[in-house]
Amino acid sequence: MISEQVRQDFATAAAIEDRNSSWITGGTVHAGQLALYVDRVSIVEVCRFLKDQFQYRLSGITGVDWYPLEPRFEVVYLLHSIERNERLRLKCKVAGDDPYIESLCSVWEGANWYERETFDLFGVQFRNHPNLTRIMMPEGWEGHPLRKDFPVHGHRYSYSDEGNVL
Amino acid sequence: MSDDLLSPTATLEPEQPEVLGEENTRRRMTLNMGPQHPSTHGVLRVVLELDGETVMKATPDIGFLHTGIEKQCEAEKWHQVVPLTDRVDYLANLNNNLTYALAVEKLLGMTDAIPPMAQWMRVMLCELQRINSHCVWLGTHALDIGAMTVFFYCFREREDILRIFEMFSGQRLMTSYIRIGGLALEPPRGWDTAVRKFIDAFSEKVDQYEELLDQNPIWKRRTQGVGGMPIQQMIDWGITGPMLRGAGIKWDIRKSEPYSSYDKFDFEVPTHTENDVYSRYRIRLEEMRQSARIVKQALEGMPSGAWSAEAPKVVLPERERMKTQMEALIYHFKIVTEGVRVPAGEVYQCTESPRGEIGYYIVSDGSTRPHRVFMRTPSFGNLQALGPMIEGCLIADTIAAMGSMDFVLGDVDR
Repeated sequence: MISEQVRQDFATAAAIEDRNSSWITGGTVHAGQLALYVDRVSIVEVCRFLKDQFQYRLSGITGVDWYPLEPRFEVVYLLHSIERNERLRLKCKVAGDDPYIESLCSVWEGANWYERETFDLFGVQFRNHPNLTRIMMPEGWEGHPLRKDFPVHGHRYSYSDEGNVL
Repeated sequence: MSDDLLSPTATLEPEQPEVLGEENTRRRMTLNMGPQHPSTHGVLRVVLELDGETVMKATPDIGFLHTGIEKQCEAEKWHQVVPLTDRVDYLANLNNNLTYALAVEKLLGMTDAIPPMAQWMRVMLCELQRINSHCVWLGTHALDIGAMTVFFYCFREREDILRIFEMFSGQRLMTSYIRIGGLALEPPRGWDTAVRKFIDAFSEKVDQYEELLDQNPIWKRRTQGVGGMPIQQMIDWGITGPMLRGAGIKWDIRKSEPYSSYDKFDFEVPTHTENDVYSRYRIRLEEMRQSARIVKQALEGMPSGAWSAEAPKVVLPERERMKTQMEALIYHFKIVTEGVRVPAGEVYQCTESPRGEIGYYIVSDGSTRPHRVFMRTPSFGNLQALGPMIEGCLIADTIAAMGSMDFVLGDVDR
């Protein structure tokens, strides 16, 4: 549900809601930038609609950890359309006990590394991702560094062949 | 085997050549390019699957330079993040400073409070940075392909720019000169003479680069028709910046979403349609000329006035005022010890870096430290497309195609 004011100011948001009123569950406008909350089961459909209808491209995917609140994670999609010169942010709330969301690789190939990075640093699983492995951290790393309960300093990691000794 | 060879009685028998069946004669070879390869310009590993000289599959492997800057940002106060943004892309540190500063200023709601002089100075320095970055790119890219002279020419000009940066900030590379609310220091005495001297001589220097390369038959053979990719595929893979403009898409964030008074400057966005390494070279060369144009305009019309915003709760007071005025001392103490409180909210700010779209997505929870800083770096998006771009290329063309992407590994791994 989005307000009448947002519908007037942002034609794209109105178009998404007109297409399927259950897609958007909320939204915020901050500093003139629109962020829409999307139910995580429909994220692929929404993005495909935006790409086909308005030539949106994917600028980036990332996460935000709101520990200790639940649902803990927000997966953020930064979208942009060159033709319309317009930006849009989609956000999906993802619970902390089983963090998963559908992969966008079938819509934009470029989602591949961004999703791997979000998986690596936040531990959010992207379903149907062709190669969901760590991208920034070494393979044997334990934990996900950008989670708020992961320490900034003091995490011990052994670079020896015997693996990660804590 | 090795034990046998060490024993005194071991004899070396010539190995029987392996007889290959018809199905085995076209066996593929896997070759590791990097992580310590000179033409990867950093620590990048590309796993190449080769069929003779042809690249069948290329998989970039990144993360060797991951320093956890985004995590570190969450542990620092808002002002302390600025030096970290320098270290993301060491060839575009001012652009990173600027993007971060603009984002935080948006969160603070003080975008309009930035004095015109600071805005123009930011534009001028970022354009000098663009020239600097393109010089490094051109020099090293040409060196990869075998043209050595260009490297010396380009680094000669780069040295001049670094001297100007040193004059402004005391640092050649990690300038941290653009801060939240304005600039770090008052521009030094005589800065305009130094910049004018450089920029007046520069257009001739670009002509020199052009003369060395433009009609050079080896350069043309190595770059024309190499590294192409369908345009829609480029956009889907997340390529931005000069690479897209080399494919004919006229999209430049300085024009489409002007920031820091870029709309007051008169410049062109060069585009080419050939979509190969040569067209990207042409784009960057023309961008250097356009940047020089912007710098000249900034020199001519530099507004006078303050160089940082009048916002005592955000901007550190001048040293002299801090020592003589009680109020300034209190604010100074508060900003240094406690930090600046930024209202809760989130913002995505993007600018045009020499490599493409650089964006900072910043979330504030209302405290004195950022809750989340996500850096959408152009090199990350561009490098991702390396695989599909060089599949089917010859191995020698891989070097040219990779060079034309102009990635900085610090920017990729963060």
